[in-house]
Amino acid sequence: MDKQIVQLFINIVGEKNVKQSTAQLLAYSYDATANFQALPDIVLSPRNTKEVSEIIKICNEYKIPVVPRGSGSNLAAGTVPNQGGVVLLFNHMNKIIDFDKENLTITVQPGMITADICSFVEKENLFYPPDPSSMKISTIGGNVSENSGGLRGLKYGVTKDYVKGLTAVLPNGEIVQTGGKLAKDVAGYDLTSLLVGSEGTLAVITEITLKLIPLPKYKMTSIAYFESLEAAAKTVSSIIAHKIIPVTLEFLDRKTIDAVEQFMKIGLSTDVEAMLIFEQDGDLSQVEQDIHVMTEIAVENGATFTKIANDEEEAEQLKTARRVALSALSRLRPTTILEDATVPRSELAEMVKRIDRIAEKYNLTIATFGHAGDGNLHPTCLTDVRDTEELKRVEEAFEEIFEEALSLGGTITGEHGIGEMKAPYLEWKVGEPGIQLMKGIKAAFDPNNIMNPGKMFAKNTKKRVVLQNVY
Amino acid sequence: MSINLAMQKSFEKHVEEELLLDCMRCGFCLSSCPTYIHTEQDESQSPRGRIALMKAIRDGKIQWDSSVEDSFNLCLGCRACEPACPAGVQYGALIEQTRDAVQEVKPQKKFEKTVRNVTFNHLFADKKDLNKAVKLVRFYQKSGLQKVTRKIGFLNLFPTFMSDMEKALPAVPRKVEKLEPIKSSKVKVAFFTGCLMESLFKEINDKTIELIKLLGADVIIPTGQQCCGALHAHSGELQKGLRNAKTNVEAFDSDEYDYIVNNAGGCGAFLSEYEKHLKSDSKYKEKAQRFSNKMVDISSLLVKLGLIDYLNTLPTSDSKVVATYQDSCHLRNVNKVYEQPRRLIQSLPGIQYKEMMKADSCCGSAGIYNLLQPEMAGKILETKMDYVREVNPTYIVTSNPGCLMQMKAGIHKDKLTSTIQAVHIVEIIYEQIKQVSKNLTTYEAITH
Repeated sequence: MDKQIVQLFINIVGEKNVKQSTAQLLAYSYDATANFQALPDIVLSPRNTKEVSEIIKICNEYKIPVVPRGSGSNLAAGTVPNQGGVVLLFNHMNKIIDFDKENLTITVQPGMITADICSFVEKENLFYPPDPSSMKISTIGGNVSENSGGLRGLKYGVTKDYVKGLTAVLPNGEIVQTGGKLAKDVAGYDLTSLLVGSEGTLAVITEITLKLIPLPKYKMTSIAYFESLEAAAKTVSSIIAHKIIPVTLEFLDRKTIDAVEQFMKIGLSTDVEAMLIFEQDGDLSQVEQDIHVMTEIAVENGATFTKIANDEEEAEQLKTARRVALSALSRLRPTTILEDATVPRSELAEMVKRIDRIAEKYNLTIATFGHAGDGNLHPTCLTDVRDTEELKRVEEAFEEIFEEALSLGGTITGEHGIGEMKAPYLEWKVGEPGIQLMKGIKAAFDPNNIMNPGKMFAKNTKKRVVLQNVY
Repeated sequence: MSINLAMQKSFEKHVEEELLLDCMRCGFCLSSCPTYIHTEQDESQSPRGRIALMKAIRDGKIQWDSSVEDSFNLCLGCRACEPACPAGVQYGALIEQTRDAVQEVKPQKKFEKTVRNVTFNHLFADKKDLNKAVKLVRFYQKSGLQKVTRKIGFLNLFPTFMSDMEKALPAVPRKVEKLEPIKSSKVKVAFFTGCLMESLFKEINDKTIELIKLLGADVIIPTGQQCCGALHAHSGELQKGLRNAKTNVEAFDSDEYDYIVNNAGGCGAFLSEYEKHLKSDSKYKEKAQRFSNKMVDISSLLVKLGLIDYLNTLPTSDSKVVATYQDSCHLRNVNKVYEQPRRLIQSLPGIQYKEMMKADSCCGSAGIYNLLQPEMAGKILETKMDYVREVNPTYIVTSNPGCLMQMKAGIHKDKLTSTIQAVHIVEIIYEQIKQVSKNLTTYEAITH
């Protein structure tokens, strides 16, 4: 990067907040996505919205790419600086700005760790429900930019359902405020919703106002094992049909269970085809009733084993399999690729079966677990990045999985985002007019294309796989 | 050959690719890493960043320079990232291999070289030398020279941290009174005495023996044992470490012993990993396996031999003092022992146990790290002392000589010596038992 431009950045944030050593550039060249890596030219840590604005003005003037980055736990290569430029960190912007108990909101800077927000508000008997698996290390800025989901999505929704207002720096350096603490606000286009999930391609978010709700008093957990996928899927549908919305309803397939058993030796039966985990929270009587009804429904639908946890400790034990699922799987092969194809929950069993057939067709190991309640599955492919031939098959298999998910009325990503990885497939979901509209929005915000370029929109859309109707 | 190419070749030779590929870069390790936290979340000072750097050097993707070297040097080797890792990455092995690879190519800096030379080639290579050095320290303490040099402050010329460490040197050992066995048992325990423990902390070793004998077991100190070799292995001198490992495996190879006990967390972790390190050595493989299988830390052994049952029979004191526990990183992260020491402290009659925040996070001692990286070690210790002050204990209990000295240094530095004392777990247990038996004797003397 030009020395004079570097000096301009130093003038804004100070020498201490500029990273450009070999080690530092390499350390910001990746996120949690396998096989994507590119070096930035410089890494900056602004201390406030004004400094962000000054940085962005320079980037816009010199057409330097800007990649805002939280903790880099992204699973779609959304924070890999694939065109170099500036990686923007929020390690100094990690504080609570305002905690409003009367309006039940909290306003925070984007660098704050999600789990820290949760534990802070829970001390006040309030609740911020979105709980992505990475919440102990992910930043709220990252969650908002990706519109992250989590285990509690079925009952409580996802990140967007809790973002009330934002402060953001536009690509021309201007600062906008959207929304606020209000429950009702219809003044103009809903820019808050537009920025949530925009993956850093439209603006840099610098302040976030979140909605809080009262903390549920009780929580209970139970599990059920099934000898067939259909039985598990029927249980899920039947629970919802009984008008019960559990806080989590998690699913593990046989391959995942096998991997967990191999890894942990916790005595999971290997002839089990599927496992469901139910959790409910709320008032004691309602929680007890819901958990018992859900467990009964599982038995009615052919569960071979059920158990309701007596206390928190036992609940943790019952959830071991789900908690270690990814760990257990990741140990099978050098590379783990975690996907998040999502279908309507009524199509759960069908989707899992199709994934199994695709794995067989391409001779791959793909295990599936995920959030059964909202149809958000995590087909996880165990492979080896060094084997280019196998990697080709992995790509083809995932293309078919996307196609199958779409044909069942689903989507190519439920909660991980598009990033660079899925950009070639976005058009499959939103269609040509959809893509054109999105590109128009992007151009209106960012005519010089400096904000996280190369993400969301691919140069070329992948040719859609035409599937023979073999099923 | 350029240093870049030489380094790449050395990484190819020493650092296993399979182990590098275990990392899926999820970042779950970040919040567990003390250097990441103390560098305002600099990813190049995180486990994930370091693994990416190892891989990039090995693959020839980046040039070797001082920033890369600093990243590896600044790692404490506390291995707090291992329990945090969902993919089971063997970070401890990776950083050891990396340091071996760097050591082979890169000559070290002068200060580091001196410390290394004194540490590895003299002090820890031969117990006799260490004993000589200790005698000098003792002379220094006894003769009053210590007070004089402290007054003159000539050690202040060194990095401030070293002068803090100097203040933390343990007092001259006193004779340890015997404890009457409370029961008889056929258990035979071989004691791995450790070099620092047997020299600077001799009194703690004597108390260790007394506590085991209290529970009826027999204690044997096999001759010919050497330093465990952990410090060597953690600093890119794995071969020197393994030389010591082989000697120890021989010295302890007897069916007679039921357990091999140690009272230093840092040693214990490496001792339990002899098995892993010697797995492809046909001569030592089985002996190392037997050795590592019998290896146990003092807290776990005392719990196994029934100390908690005994402590529960003692009358509780009305005036309890507060104690907190600072985990030994290696005892916790490698040997997964953290409940036993806490349970023991909680069972002590005169103690009220209070857990401090982040007790599981490194204190900054990390072998000879505090000598090589005084600035970072100082920052980490400062944070640790903030958490200590929140609990405001009478005792900070530790399980490793390095942690013990580091906590003592922290207490000195913060001028808390009149209220807080750092002790080894064996000391607090021994003293509490001694105290109760004294009270009982007095009570009996009065009533009879």
